[in-house]
Amino acid sequence: MPSEPLFWQRFNICGRDFVDAGKASITIKGILREIGIHPSLIRRASIASYEAEMNVVLYASQGTMELRVTPKDIRVTVEDEGPGIPDIALAMQEGYSTASDEIREMGFGAGMGLSNIKKNADAFSIHSVVGKGTILEITFRL
Amino acid sequence: MRHGKAEILEDRCIDCGECARACRHNAIIPQTSSFTEFSEFKYTVALVSPVLYGQFRKEVLPSTILAGVRKIGFDDACDVACASEAVSAAIDEHLASYRGPLPLLSPFCPTIVRLIQARYPSLIDLLVPIDSPMEIAAREVRNKKMKELGLRRDEIGVIYLTPCPAKMVAIKYPPRKRDSHIDGAIAISDIYRPLLSAISEVNDGGHEAEESVTGMGLGWPVLGGQVSSLRAENSLAVGGLGDVERILDEIEHGRLGDIQFVECHACAQGCCGGPLTVGDPYVSRGTILSLVARFGEAPCQDRGKIRELYQKRYFSLPGKISSRPFAPLDRDIGKAIEKRKRIQETHEGLPQINCGACGAPTCLSFAEDVVLGRALLEDCVVVTAKQARTTADAPSGPAGDPQALTL
Repeated sequence: MPSEPLFWQRFNICGRDFVDAGKASITIKGILREIGIHPSLIRRASIASYEAEMNVVLYASQGTMELRVTPKDIRVTVEDEGPGIPDIALAMQEGYSTASDEIREMGFGAGMGLSNIKKNADAFSIHSVVGKGTILEITFRL
Repeated sequence: MRHGKAEILEDRCIDCGECARACRHNAIIPQTSSFTEFSEFKYTVALVSPVLYGQFRKEVLPSTILAGVRKIGFDDACDVACASEAVSAAIDEHLASYRGPLPLLSPFCPTIVRLIQARYPSLIDLLVPIDSPMEIAAREVRNKKMKELGLRRDEIGVIYLTPCPAKMVAIKYPPRKRDSHIDGAIAISDIYRPLLSAISEVNDGGHEAEESVTGMGLGWPVLGGQVSSLRAENSLAVGGLGDVERILDEIEHGRLGDIQFVECHACAQGCCGGPLTVGDPYVSRGTILSLVARFGEAPCQDRGKIRELYQKRYFSLPGKISSRPFAPLDRDIGKAIEKRKRIQETHEGLPQINCGACGAPTCLSFAEDVVLGRALLEDCVVVTAKQARTTADAPSGPAGDPQALTL
């Protein structure tokens, strides 16, 4: 059986690097556009991957974002080496944030990130180990 | 570049004119209209944007320039600055009553509208639905001339003196399905020489006291000119395609919602630095700003009247702007994925230094050309040089054997 077409690319995300912050999600948006994904789905995928990327930039020391596209779905997996999330249910609540004043001053840390990712995704899973890092898997169905 | 000639991928062109600006040999000339095309009209009116005033020394006043335009073959010349002030006031009215998502975007740079249609379709609804100063000025001057001269609509030719090819395309193919009020456009660079000599012959009646051109609209073609004529406190002016894209990405990511209005220009300095202008953009900017300081304080519009007209939808644009995405790599999503994958693999084998020697602007766009059959991998000088070295090395003895080189 011929294997299903699959596009795959991995991006490195550097924690606290505000110069390149958001570039991976912008590249992802461009790739989805070239593949011919519907604009409304591109928008959802772009918002969710941007929020996930910014979480790595804001809170972790480093991480990776992996994009997989098949004719059935788009999957964005974000894995970081960061502080981890002690209470995921709490972190998922809108408005809950552990952001420092510094982060808030830059206009981030409103506590909408994770809930925004979930809202825009068709499927969303989160695994986190305190002191080690967090893995997000965000899926969009075509 | 293919075979020594620049090739434009039509479906990706957003009429920014950067190619004409970038070409050192001036080999790319955007197609604008010429005088002869308008000979069929009984009466012609040139629409003059303040960009034109920025092309001369600041001592040359707008009234003199308008007189010059009348000398070079137009029956009349009409200034757009006053219509710009009216549009600013209409945007104020719109912002005051608008309750939807923010920020709203200025719709007056046709290249930016095209960019949004192609790459940011989710932002289309943020474009302010108010007509451009050039269209409003055209509508008004045509009606005025019809009454004054007793001419029919089609006997009057209204011609815009344009700083960029994008405005010309917008006149011919408006993004909203309706007809433009303008019959054609002539590049400022095309009329500059005759205008310069005409102006030197104008008996300088352009005393400040007689200056007919006033209003806050004078500053419109300068980056930040729209924003500074508005009452909105939280607004932003962005110039240059790269910076505009960055801001549009931010907006698409749901940021900048605290800003009311964003003025966007494809050209870094705004329209005064358009690709079909003649003067240096920075000098033009200075000239226009000095005119604003001199004449721009005096309003030429009555706010109350504008409010009334706004409520009567005088400034409103009918219809919706549709999205016009660039064609995907393939209509079939599976094939598009395969192609994107091959582009990626090809790109990984390229030097990634974007030298441009192959004729493509970047290694990534070259990889796309290779996969889509528009170019051959051998067109890359680095790949070819590497291949030549491998072939030269292959039949020889052990690597580094000096004997092998003498073959």
